[in-house]
Amino acid sequence: MATASLDAPARPALRRRASSGSTLTAGSALGLGVAVTWFSLLVLIPLSAVVVTASERGWSGYIDTITGAQTMAAIKLTVGQSLLVTLLNVVMGTLIAWVLVRDRFWGKRILDVVIDIPFALPTIVAGLVLLGLYGANSPLGLDWAYTPKAVFLALAFVTLPFVVRTVQPVLEELEHDVEEAAASLGASRLTIFRRIILPSLTPAITAGAALAFARAIAEYGSLVLLSGNKPFDTEVASVRMLSFIENGSTASAAAVASLLLAVALFVILVLDVVQRRVSRHA
Amino acid sequence: MLEVPTPLRWTLRIVAVLYVVLLVAWPVTTIVQEAFSDGFGAFLETFQDEKVVHALALTAQVAGQAVLINLVFGVGISLLLVRYRFPGKRLLSALIDLPMSVSPVVVGLSLLLVYNGRDGWFGPTLEEWGIKIIFSGTGMIMATCFVALPLVIREVVPVLQEIGDEQEQAARSLGANARQTFLRITLPSIKWAVVYGVVLSLARSLGEFGAVKIVSGNVTNQTQTATLLVESQYQGFQQSSAYAISFVLAFVSVICIVGVSILRPKESAR
Repeated sequence: MATASLDAPARPALRRRASSGSTLTAGSALGLGVAVTWFSLLVLIPLSAVVVTASERGWSGYIDTITGAQTMAAIKLTVGQSLLVTLLNVVMGTLIAWVLVRDRFWGKRILDVVIDIPFALPTIVAGLVLLGLYGANSPLGLDWAYTPKAVFLALAFVTLPFVVRTVQPVLEELEHDVEEAAASLGASRLTIFRRIILPSLTPAITAGAALAFARAIAEYGSLVLLSGNKPFDTEVASVRMLSFIENGSTASAAAVASLLLAVALFVILVLDVVQRRVSRHA
Repeated sequence: MLEVPTPLRWTLRIVAVLYVVLLVAWPVTTIVQEAFSDGFGAFLETFQDEKVVHALALTAQVAGQAVLINLVFGVGISLLLVRYRFPGKRLLSALIDLPMSVSPVVVGLSLLLVYNGRDGWFGPTLEEWGIKIIFSGTGMIMATCFVALPLVIREVVPVLQEIGDEQEQAARSLGANARQTFLRITLPSIKWAVVYGVVLSLARSLGEFGAVKIVSGNVTNQTQTATLLVESQYQGFQQSSAYAISFVLAFVSVICIVGVSILRPKESAR
């Protein structure tokens, strides 16, 4: 658990393990009241306002907004690139977690720290940083700025830590004797990986992938300077929403937002189910 | 343990390192080059500009207050979630994670819909009472609180579960009151988790962009934070200034990350 630091997904299995606890005292009930009030004013009421505003123009108004050509193009681009990036993360995130846990080499600690940088770096700076290597003055000779490739790149950057940080702790706590027993019984390396290691990592990979996907469809800051926000080409859903807000059509923005919120809620639901399955197996 | 043949091990190692270098490490170093490309003097000159100083000060102020609120709220709600039983606890615990998966643009929009002074749900009433939220510091602090909300809780809750409540019960049975139990028993054992949570929240708060952009109005010298200034300087062809401010922001966030990773192993070895 030592290295699992920044991201939230690091230790889902630990949560809600103990359902015990004492009943509320007068003081703690007051505390709970204050906390829930603040949470409602800050998060719950504003988010419900989004849903209410989205529904104000009725179902047909909602569908009209979502299926408008430019909005639809933005949603398609966002969901498509997010799925691609999630797939990339499933492969690369698991591979990096494996290297961090099972391999030993000089500089591994540095690699481990660098993984967390995308989580802490301001998103607008992330976009600027990627422009440095993949923009017009690229030392690699790649000019990907203002193309759909830039969207993919930015999403890959900001979602890097999620799968790594969910898989890493699970891999660390994996018992080695099962692998040894399988090997002594003549199982090939590929069989051991496929039949023993991979199944125990699957819930963690799923959880990490869900978080990465949720982050990817919501991304805004890193795309502002990098993607150029060209309608029908590199404009993502968040940027589309912002231009709705700036034009004063908050109802249209709320329609797109409620769609994104539904996806976020779905992801949380999936996570909760996966977590409960993991803790039942443990 | 599964023995990986040496060629494959090297391949995996090289692929992992190359991926992280190309995606993160190398791009991040370009910001250092860009920030100091015209020399250290030019870099310092950026910080003579009044609007840059104002933006950095505003960012520090907003982030500081948001972290403080999230610290108090986070520790409180963690204690409630772990130590007490109440109806709706599982729902609350799941909803707490919601801000992690909400787009910053949606965060900004949601606050705008409730608190704007023209046709928001509460905005007009609050403005009659003289409380202005949207296009003011209060709204910016709220937006920042929203996006960084789960970070302290996610650090503190597992530690509270890990340590159990035997010591707290013992202290209480020996006659300690709630305040003494918290200050003498609970706080020392969650101290490091709180520190990590605060550092992570600080990094997140300093870098907030989308949500603050919507609720602040982005007025130069008034409600323009450092990240918003980076955008406007870059788009206004003041690249060197944008890079210099970005360098400062990146430097602080990298310090936060390195600090956390240096502190953490010490803690687990203890």
